[in-house]
Amino acid sequence: MERYFHPEIECASREQIRAWQDAGLVKTVAHVYKNVPYYRNLMDQKGVKPEDIKSVDDLHKLPFISKDDLREAYPYGMLALPVSEAVRIQSTSGTTGRRVVAFYTQHDLDLWEDCCARAIVAAGGTKEDVVHVCYGYGLFTGGPGLNGGSHKLGSLTLPMSSGNTDRQIQFMCDLGSTILCCTPSYAAFLAESICERGLKDQIKLKAGIFGAEAWSEEMRQDIQNKLGIKAYDIYGLTEIAGPGVAFECSEQTGMHINEDHFIAEIIDPKTGEVLPEGEKGELVFTTITKEAFPMIRYRTRDICVLTREKCSCGRTHVKMSKPMGRSDDMLIVKGVNVFPSQIETVLLNKGYPANYQIVVSRENNSDILDVQVEMTPEMFSDAVSEVSTRERELVGALKSMLGIYANVKLVAPKTITRSEGKAVRIIDKRNLY
Amino acid sequence: MTVKQISVFVENRPGSLADFTKVLAEHNLDMRALSLAETPDFGILRIIVEDSYETATTLKDAGYVCSITPVLAVEIPDHPGGLYEVVKILGENQINIEYTYAFNSRKAEAAYMVFRVGDNEKAIEALSKNNVRLLSQDELLSANA
Repeated sequence: MERYFHPEIECASREQIRAWQDAGLVKTVAHVYKNVPYYRNLMDQKGVKPEDIKSVDDLHKLPFISKDDLREAYPYGMLALPVSEAVRIQSTSGTTGRRVVAFYTQHDLDLWEDCCARAIVAAGGTKEDVVHVCYGYGLFTGGPGLNGGSHKLGSLTLPMSSGNTDRQIQFMCDLGSTILCCTPSYAAFLAESICERGLKDQIKLKAGIFGAEAWSEEMRQDIQNKLGIKAYDIYGLTEIAGPGVAFECSEQTGMHINEDHFIAEIIDPKTGEVLPEGEKGELVFTTITKEAFPMIRYRTRDICVLTREKCSCGRTHVKMSKPMGRSDDMLIVKGVNVFPSQIETVLLNKGYPANYQIVVSRENNSDILDVQVEMTPEMFSDAVSEVSTRERELVGALKSMLGIYANVKLVAPKTITRSEGKAVRIIDKRNLY
Repeated sequence: MTVKQISVFVENRPGSLADFTKVLAEHNLDMRALSLAETPDFGILRIIVEDSYETATTLKDAGYVCSITPVLAVEIPDHPGGLYEVVKILGENQINIEYTYAFNSRKAEAAYMVFRVGDNEKAIEALSKNNVRLLSQDELLSANA
């Protein structure tokens, strides 16, 4: 039998959900117009006043915001309350020096953690479970989000954070972890490590909640078979809350968006026009309960489809498909957001020309990031050691900018593929979408 | 007393050396010495040619990244222990050898090696003092011819 963390909310009638959304939207728009000059300016420019927004039907009148706005308003420009009211920040990986910083009041943390608790229950979790969280902790929302959700549910929570596979498996065996939370690529890696060591019969895992990067149906089957568990997808982004904005149920055919907190729209990424249900387009979120960092029509750049078809799990909230691509050039590598512009910045800072190509591939379910850089007379030396030292310095600079390791490969001048005179910057060989 | 070596960046992939030597062949450029240092990704080709300037220009035009480095061309006594006599002098004088390679000569009684050292001046002084013969660019080319 399907279980819910908040049955009265998760299975509410569409009319009820609509009533919550109407009220939440009106309240949030008034809140940001009053307290965030940045939003007020955007709305004034578009000639829309808070009183023009009476229900979700008026949502389309409001201006969009994007990551660029958040960077421009960094750090406090989007904060809708005095700093003294906020209790936490989380942050996304940096782009060209400026990170996106999101603020939370205790209320905001509670609603985010509730969303994560719903995801854990949808994956079959109860307070009897041992929830093993090996998402990164710290500024990244993965660890804190699932950790908080597990606490809400009252499950024993293992705040493992990422890395140290030996210790992960040891704790999994010794403490009898039943629900695994991590990126799908790490889950696949753990599954392989467990099978290699012949420890499959020592683990008690029954389910996994895997998100923060794109993964295919084949990868799901692989993880499910190797670990003997059910693998559930989870979606979120720091700007909106973190993981748990949407989560998968027993049907495993898409993720229910927590519509009592977030309104989802699908737009044409080129024109900004709202598309009818069932059409593929860019996902846009409006938060309707957050206090410190409300987002109005935030463009996620994720391309997906929404469906309100009845779900066999009994939940009534709209479902989103797995993201099918991006409307910008952001890559997600090992769960970390990578923009080509970040790599360009590092190259230019180090005195290299911006002649590069990013090749992302996946080997043994693990992402590999290669950055090919064209050799120049300035970088060149007759001694291998000098060229290698420069190469290592570049690797170090990329690591500190991106937060993940990138292989640097020096290639001959003018060998990077150019199409119609313009360099092809990204080759993604993973076939994720 | 140094000779000019041209160092060229080449990718470590099949056909890379063929592409390079094709350029030399097409421009009728003759190599006197060649060595190749490799890493998993790339290689550095080091060559000594008759006309360094013309060769470097040709390679640049063909899209290669290259540089000219002054290196030492040393005549090695052609008997067992001959190389030891030379490198011992460098070691005793705390001169580091970055890399070295041998090249062929048509002069039967002599062997030649190229040395890229940390300090050319110091090396020239130490070797000359010990009567080791260093070749100039012209000598190297005629010794080889």
